[in-house]
Amino acid sequence: MDIIKITDLVKKFPVGNGHFTALNQISLTFGEGEFAGFVGPSGSGKTTLLNIIGSLDTPTEGNAIVLDKSISELSHKQSAKLRNQHIGFIFQTYNLLPVYTVYENVEFALLLQNLSGSVRKKAVLEALEWVGLTDKIKSKPAQLSGGESQRVAIARAMVKKPKIVLADEPTANLDSKNSHNILQTMLKLNEELKTTFIFATHDEKVMKYLKRKISLADGKVVGDEMI
Amino acid sequence: MISFLLKGILRDRSRSLLPVIVVSLGVFLTIVMSAWIKGIFSEVIDMNAKFTTGHVKVMTRVYAENSNQMPLDLALLGVNELKQNLEKDYTDMEWVCRINFGGLLDVPDKNGETRAQGPAAGKAIDFFNNPKEVERMNIVKSIVDGTIPKKPGEAIISHEFAEKFGLGLGQKVTLFGSTMNGSMLFKTFTVCGTIRFGVTMLDRGAILIDISDAQLALDMENGSTEMLGFFNDGEYDKLKATEVVDAFNTKYSKQNDEFSPQMFRLEQQAGLEEYLAMAENMGGIMITFFIIAMSIVLWNTGLLGGLRRYTEYGIRLALGEEKKHIYMTMIYEAILIGIIGSIIGTVLGLGMSYYLQEVGVDFSDITKNINMMIPPIYRAAIYPDLFYIGFIPGLVAMTLGNALVR
Ligand SMILES: Nc1ncnc2c1ncn2[C@@H]1O[C@H](COP(=O)(O)OP(=O)(O)OP(=O)(O)O)[C@@H](O)[C@H]1O
Ligand SMILES: [Mg+2]
Repeated sequence: MDIIKITDLVKKFPVGNGHFTALNQISLTFGEGEFAGFVGPSGSGKTTLLNIIGSLDTPTEGNAIVLDKSISELSHKQSAKLRNQHIGFIFQTYNLLPVYTVYENVEFALLLQNLSGSVRKKAVLEALEWVGLTDKIKSKPAQLSGGESQRVAIARAMVKKPKIVLADEPTANLDSKNSHNILQTMLKLNEELKTTFIFATHDEKVMKYLKRKISLADGKVVGDEMI
Repeated sequence: MISFLLKGILRDRSRSLLPVIVVSLGVFLTIVMSAWIKGIFSEVIDMNAKFTTGHVKVMTRVYAENSNQMPLDLALLGVNELKQNLEKDYTDMEWVCRINFGGLLDVPDKNGETRAQGPAAGKAIDFFNNPKEVERMNIVKSIVDGTIPKKPGEAIISHEFAEKFGLGLGQKVTLFGSTMNGSMLFKTFTVCGTIRFGVTMLDRGAILIDISDAQLALDMENGSTEMLGFFNDGEYDKLKATEVVDAFNTKYSKQNDEFSPQMFRLEQQAGLEEYLAMAENMGGIMITFFIIAMSIVLWNTGLLGGLRRYTEYGIRLALGEEKKHIYMTMIYEAILIGIIGSIIGTVLGLGMSYYLQEVGVDFSDITKNINMMIPPIYRAAIYPDLFYIGFIPGLVAMTLGNALVR
C-alpha cells in the first residue's frame, strides 16, 4: 500500500511579475519502509518536494496524498497534526532549540501530544538509546559535536515513531565517520520500525545507503532506480 | 508546556533579561510615583486640615464667601453654645474655635516711637486650655526661641520677622487694625517666642496669640471667624464628613439668613476639590504613559527577538505545532515575563516607597516662594493598591508589545 502518492505535482514560486516553476509534473509513489532519496544538483527542487510531502508547503497544481490525506486540502490544524503524529524532520543544520537540554529537545516533539509524563519519559529515553546518546541527556546543544547534534535531531524525529522521516541534507555538515554513523543508525531504525525515510542529498555517502534513488533536474524526475 | 516556556525564559537571558528589566523599571516607577503622589497629596491635605480647613469647618454663610479677606465683622457669634451643641451631636469629633485676622505689626523703640512696621497675618488659637491644638499645629516643635503664650498679652511671632526687625524675647510689639465692630484696634503684646513652621505661607509675618486675647482685643466676645471640627482618630473620612456636613446644614444653616452658620468639608475649601481630582487623574495619566512607553520598548526588543527566533518557529512548525499555538505560547511567554517583571518591580518599588515614606525629601528650598500651603518635606505613602497597581502596566505593556510584533 502506498503511503505517499504524488500525481502531476507542480510547484510555482512567484518571482517578480511572473513565477518560477520549481517542480514540474512530478508523479511518484512511496510504500512503507522505503529508504529513498532525491538526488540532483542544487536548485533542482529536492527541498521543495520534501517540504510539500511534509505538509510545510502546498502544491500549486496536482496532488500530493500523504497517509491518505491530500496536502492541498489540509487546514493549518490538520497539517500540524499530520506532522506532529506521523512525520519527522531532520535538517542539515540540526535545528535544535539551544536553550533546552538534549532530553528536553527530544521531549518537545511529544509535548504537543497529550501523553502522560511517564509515557513521555520512556519514549524519550528509548529514542536516545537508539541513537546512543543516553549519557548526554543533560547536555545543551552547544556542548555537542555535530554528529551528536544530528543524532539528537534523529531521536527527536523518531521519538514519536512516525510513519515517515524526511531528511534534508542530514550529512552536509558532518565528517565521513559521523555521516556513516548516523546513516547506519537511520538504516537500523528503518529496518526495525519500518519507518519510511526520504532524503534530499547530493552526498555520495548517503547515496551508497539508499535503496531507491530518484534523480531530479530542473524540477523534473529524470531517473528513479531501485538499488 | 508552561513549565517548558518558563525554563526557556529563565535560561535564555538574552530573550528575557531586557524585557524583564524594562517591565521591572516601568512597574517600579509606576509604584514609586503613585506612592509619591499619594504621599504628597495626603500630606498636603493633612496639613491643610490641621492649619486651615479642619476636617470640617463652620463659618457664617457670608464669611465663607469672603473668607480670603478675613472680614471680622462677618464672624460667627454665639460660638460657645454652638460648640456645646456640636459636641453633643458629634461625640467622636473635637471642635475648636480659631480667629484669623490681619493687621499691622509695629515694633517700638525705647521711647515708644515706631522703629519698624510690617503686615501681619494673625491666628488666634486656644493656647491656654487646649494642648491638642498646640500639638496639631506642631507649634512646640516649630518654636525657635522661647515658649508658647501662657498668659494674656503674650504672643509668638514669626522668627523671620523677629530677625528682620531685631526683636528679642520679652520685647513688645503692637498690633494695629480694626475690631469686629469697626473700631480701631491697638494692642500691645510681649514676645514670648519666635516660630518657624518651615511653610512660607505660615511664616510670613505671622503672629500667634491666644483666642481669649483675640476675642478681647477684637471685640469678639463669644465669637470667632471659624469653628473647625476634627475626627478624633485624626483621619479624614470623606463619607463621614459628608454626613456630618449635610446633617449640620439642614439643622442650622438658613438660606435667607446670611449670618447663619454653614459647614464645609475639607475638600470644599481652598480649591482642594480640584487638587484631589488632579491627584487621581495624574495616577491614570502616569499609568497610561508607562504602558505606552514600555510597549514601544518591548515592541522593539520583541522585533529583535522575533528575528533571532525565526528558526525556532520553523522548527516548531516542522515538529507539528500549529501557528496559532506558537503564537499563543509567545503571548504566554510575554505574560510570564510580565508577571516576573511586575513582581520584581513591585518589590523594588515598595521598598523604595517605604524608604521615601520613612525618610522623605526636603523640598522647602524649592517651594520657598509658593503661596500655597505646602509641606516642607515630601514623603511617599504606601497604600494597598500599590501591591497590584504595577501589574497593570507591566502585563498590558508586555502583552501589547509582543502582540504588536506579529
Ligand atoms: N520560497 C521560494 N520562493 C522563490 N523561489 C524558491 C523558493 N523556494 C525555492 N525556490 C526556488 O526553487 C528552486 C528549487 O529550490 P530547492 O530549495 O527545492 O532546491 P534544492 O534542490 O533543495 O537545492 P539545494 O541542493 O541547493 O538544497 C530553486 O531555484 C529556488 O531558488
Ligand atoms: Mg535543498
